[in-house]
Amino acid sequence: MDFKGSDTIPGPRAEDQLPHTAQSAAKIVIVGGFGVGKTTMVGSVSEITPLTTEETMTQAGIGVDDNFGSASKTATTVAMDFGRISITEQLVLYLFGTPGQQRFWFLWNGLFEGALGAVVLVDTRRLEVSFDVMGRLEERGVPFVVAVNAFPDAPRYAIEELRTALDLTPDIPIMECDARRRASSRDVLMTLMRFLHSLAMTGSRT
Amino acid sequence: MYVVAGPDGERAELDLVTLIVARVADPPPSASPEQAALLRLCAAPLSVAELSAYLHLPFSAMGVLLTELLTAELVQARAPIVRQSRTDRSLLEAVMNGLQRL
Ligand SMILES: Nc1nc2c(ncn2[C@@H]2O[C@H](COP(=O)(O)OP(=O)(O)OP(=O)(O)O)[C@@H](O)[C@H]2O)c(=O)[nH]1
Ligand SMILES: [Mg+2]
Repeated sequence: MDFKGSDTIPGPRAEDQLPHTAQSAAKIVIVGGFGVGKTTMVGSVSEITPLTTEETMTQAGIGVDDNFGSASKTATTVAMDFGRISITEQLVLYLFGTPGQQRFWFLWNGLFEGALGAVVLVDTRRLEVSFDVMGRLEERGVPFVVAVNAFPDAPRYAIEELRTALDLTPDIPIMECDARRRASSRDVLMTLMRFLHSLAMTGSRT
Repeated sequence: MYVVAGPDGERAELDLVTLIVARVADPPPSASPEQAALLRLCAAPLSVAELSAYLHLPFSAMGVLLTELLTAELVQARAPIVRQSRTDRSLLEAVMNGLQRL
């Protein structure tokens, strides 16, 4: 971008500024396939209008050459949206809605390594996507809960049926949600925190 | 995570949610336009992710920019809380209380 006009770069609105006492921040990631409601969930609980951080990936890393005529390397821009919740005057929580394509997850260094935990959003019309997503989280030792977004035209299953279909162990919380509703999204985050709390009690996971 | 050296030579990891705060009220005349823009944005604490969003710079580009500013002691970095084998329970309880008030 052109920084000559740097005086005019819009920053946070006055009411969106963190207090000077803000000492540290933690993060949570919201993952799931395309169009499952990740951005919606970030937006419904965030205290700020969601923002977007971008990362670029060169063609070599993409593995698809759809740019025949060009000799130059092209870079793809991948966007990730995020929101924020102030917990106390000292503590801030950030929520990252990851890109639907999992190969882009690792463009942001430390996103998964440092996250307290993850919410896996599931669309019952495309359950198969969830296996891949959950597998990647397990590989990285990221604790997660599963939230089933109830789309109107999606088949409805009893939660325990879904647990079986998704091959979830009994300890992993699974619940229905409506990502458009703040209270519902908040309940999902609360469930994740309770789950992390129970893990901290037993120390059964890393 | 990018490892950046702090003013006293201590090394800090730059995370998406490392909080950055300017240590000066006004950017010094020697600051580049990018540095000046960043310094103005973080008059109050702001995460690296937010800085990247407002500056329209990729997260990976923030490492270089912030290393310069940390070395020049123009900004302070507040370390993030990252997952550990046993996450601090009082932290989780604080988050639960905070969410309850949403
Ligand atoms: N009925 C219903 N619709 C939802 C819910 N969550 C999201 N939607 C709708 O689903 C569509 C996709 O939601 P997004 O939040 O953009 O999904 P996303 O996961 O961010 O999508 P990508 O970033 O493209 O992968 C939007 O039109 C939402 O309004 C939900 O819980 N219930
Ligand atoms: Mg989205």
